[in-house]
Amino acid sequence: MKTQLITRRRALIAGAAGIGGLLVPRYWKDLPPTYGNILRMGDTLTYAAHRTLLPGQSLVREYSRSDITSFPATGTTSPGDGKQPLSEQYRQLQSGTFADWRLSVEGLVGSPGSFTLADLKRMPARTQITRHTCEEGWTAIGGWAGVPLSLVLGAAGGILPNARFVVFYSFDDWIDSIDLLDALHPQTILAYGMNGRDLPIPHGAPVRLRVERQMGYKSMKYIHRIVVKDEFDDGGEKGNIQNGWAWYTGI
Amino acid sequence: MAEVLRQTEREAGPAAHARWVRISHWIVAASLVTLAVTGVLILMVHPRLYWGEAGNDLTPAFLELPISRNYKHGGWENRISFFQDSSSPVSASRTFDIFNQNGWGRSLHFLAAWLLVIPGVVYLVAGISSGHFRFHIWPRAAELTPRRFRQEVVDHLHLRIRPATGGPQYGLLQKCAYCMVVFVAFPLSILTGLTMSPAVTAAFPFLLSGFGGYQSARTMHFFAFTALVLFVIAHVAMVVLSGFARQMRGMIFGK
Repeated sequence: MKTQLITRRRALIAGAAGIGGLLVPRYWKDLPPTYGNILRMGDTLTYAAHRTLLPGQSLVREYSRSDITSFPATGTTSPGDGKQPLSEQYRQLQSGTFADWRLSVEGLVGSPGSFTLADLKRMPARTQITRHTCEEGWTAIGGWAGVPLSLVLGAAGGILPNARFVVFYSFDDWIDSIDLLDALHPQTILAYGMNGRDLPIPHGAPVRLRVERQMGYKSMKYIHRIVVKDEFDDGGEKGNIQNGWAWYTGI
Repeated sequence: MAEVLRQTEREAGPAAHARWVRISHWIVAASLVTLAVTGVLILMVHPRLYWGEAGNDLTPAFLELPISRNYKHGGWENRISFFQDSSSPVSASRTFDIFNQNGWGRSLHFLAAWLLVIPGVVYLVAGISSGHFRFHIWPRAAELTPRRFRQEVVDHLHLRIRPATGGPQYGLLQKCAYCMVVFVAFPLSILTGLTMSPAVTAAFPFLLSGFGGYQSARTMHFFAFTALVLFVIAHVAMVVLSGFARQMRGMIFGK
């Protein structure tokens, strides 16, 4: 009997090893920590698969004005209510219609600094009517006006070559981050307007993030600080992972 | 390969379940149980189904399932209209805590989905290349007669079940059920599941247009799951009725 050089089993093993070989060296440095949790390992597998198999800069579907639907405000809806450490600070900014609000841009950018709401509104604006997809299972279509995050990072001198992640800090005391592929995506904006008006407080005033290719909770509300880093920062007890939630939610 | 399979069966009598069939059967079985449990858990967080792209607590539902306290939604405040007209969509803030175990529920669902997709692809490739689909699963033209079909339905209704052979010698209804599961219910579940991923639909927008929107895909995902659960109930019942020990031996040890 002739010895088969390529059996089906060998082909399958070689295929699996090949896919693993493609995924692992490219991403192992930049993967979120799993703390040995098998669920977080599954999230990481999904993240690596999406980053390897999906085109990097494809746009989500945009809708027309008549498609706009009612929009529940969930999570924190009034950060000035005294329940958070930054409540007092937020209440003062709110009473001054956010004229004193500053967005601090720090870390691995050419010239770290801060921006007022007026500064952001002077930059080229982008409006987009997109679907907000909540992990709970509901969806809502809303129109957003804001400035692409890539332009804000550019205005802060641009990201340095060793930049890997963009970390966000909110007035309701959460810390979250996205990778550069999402950060520099054309539809990733810092939104200050919703459905043709100023962004309402329940939806994240004065400025919220829109990360359209992930679940709603990645589109952080009430942003006041952005830090560009060269390594993964899980946000500790204020971040997703240590609270038992997936960091990557493109699914 | 297919030729070899046919020849072996002629010479050595009824074939047993091939090893790759047995392995993929049990991995998919474990995955399906996990997907069903976590799927219900995820649905309990928002037990309302819709048609189209968008749907939420402030819009009408196509179907409401009384499976968690989130079903009794209410307590929304700060209602504001986005536009001037009276039919304008609104914003409202939630005033109550909801049941939500999605932190682990969703991640376990997706982990189990990987355990379905990877053996599923191996099963499809092996099923085609080995002739398993052609000779065991797909009904032959000769047996697809109305008379035969009617006879099998009557036999099943009277619980006249053929004793198990412990191998892939399937009846006509059995073949039809397996075809529906392998070629319709599983692919539909996987595709509607992928349609709920914003990263996947950014890359492949035809999924959204094909299923008529995110919430339509979610609703179809639920009905495909329901069909699979009904299949599993019937499948287990038939295993018991046709000889539980013989069937388990066949699917575990292949003899």
